[in-house]
Amino acid sequence: MAALQTDSTTAADGTPPDLAQRFDDTIARDQRIEPRDWMPDGYRKTLIRQVAQHAHSEIIGMQPEGEWITRAPSLRRKAILFAKVQDEAGHGLYLYSAAETLGADRTDLTERLLEGRQKYSSIFNYPTLSFADVGVIGWFVDGAAICNQVPLCRSSYGPYARAMVRICKEESFHQRQGYELLMTMMRGTDAQREMVQDAVNRWWWPSLMMFGPPDDSSPNSAQSMAWKIKRHSNDELRQRFVDMTVPQAEKLGVTLPDPELRWNEERGRHDFGTPDWDELMRVIKGDGPCNTERIERRRAAHEEGAWVREAAVAHAAKQAAEKQNGAVA
Amino acid sequence: MSDTQAKKGGWPLYEVFVRGKRGLNHVHVGSLHAADDRMALTHARDLYTRRNEGVSIWVVRSENIAASTRDEKDPFFDPSADKVYRHPTFYDIPDDVPHI
Repeated sequence: MAALQTDSTTAADGTPPDLAQRFDDTIARDQRIEPRDWMPDGYRKTLIRQVAQHAHSEIIGMQPEGEWITRAPSLRRKAILFAKVQDEAGHGLYLYSAAETLGADRTDLTERLLEGRQKYSSIFNYPTLSFADVGVIGWFVDGAAICNQVPLCRSSYGPYARAMVRICKEESFHQRQGYELLMTMMRGTDAQREMVQDAVNRWWWPSLMMFGPPDDSSPNSAQSMAWKIKRHSNDELRQRFVDMTVPQAEKLGVTLPDPELRWNEERGRHDFGTPDWDELMRVIKGDGPCNTERIERRRAAHEEGAWVREAAVAHAAKQAAEKQNGAVA
Repeated sequence: MSDTQAKKGGWPLYEVFVRGKRGLNHVHVGSLHAADDRMALTHARDLYTRRNEGVSIWVVRSENIAASTRDEKDPFFDPSADKVYRHPTFYDIPDDVPHI
């Protein structure tokens, strides 16, 4: 891969000042950093961490909804859910591809996820208890992802920004299918409406936590914003999500489970309560309702697929050998 | 394929190029891992053209791509830097000359 990938040999202390200056100028001019450009070690490490974490989230994110594919109430819902979960896999792969342009190794990234050395989004450690959860995940979780990801389309690292453009186009389908599913259930029986409200109650706070800890305790944010990897603070994005979601909840006819939630005329935005940050920390540290299950499932899929990966390599080698023999003969 | 990947039974990296529609060039869209060319093509179809994004796909092993160096001030590009006469704006033509 020598030709296309990054070369970090000049990133050591002996960096010529003009390289660092050129990097800073590129960022200041709002231009993109591309894989083979010189970049500070910290920038590369931060990006690998963020992009890998994002990729892992997409991959683990297939599980909560994937559990409902076999139990979808109609062929239409099943086909939609299939397509959505397949998109999540695709998003994970776009992002792994972006991480690899930074010199990360795919096999190594997978190992880091399985060993718990790299994280994924806390939201996927909550269980999906009813089919309404599929709708609420599309509405809240993909809605929150859109808030997060739209600004990332202008992230300073080219391959990451381009992956985000692709992902954002597809994410809109995810959010809309979720909301439509919920509208359908709200037109149904009392029991169905209760299922929707119950799912909303369970997913609201974890969705707000998806934006990460509050700004004053988010250690990496300032540097990421200076490097334009990240464009808005956690709290700003969380506020946008609340403002976006409140009118949608009203239309749907559900209540968001926050007694402090109200319109603030003066600010022109909604006031809302404080998420349970201790819970977020517990879930991030591995103590959420489904952490163990999610990683176990991912590990099993990886290990049970090992023979397929090996067989494909053996097949490719055999085909190549036959082709070569054929050419000689 | 790098040594570490081969040891772990990993698949080599391919770069993917997609022609969006007839009349357009193939454009680089990203990369993926596959055991061989045929698998790379089907994976590229599933990964990069789930919504009619392409009518033709090229895949090539990343290690087979040769690239210019990453330095923006690479003398490699110097030959084009000092030839302003290659641009139409280099030539002064009176305003009243039509169609030029």
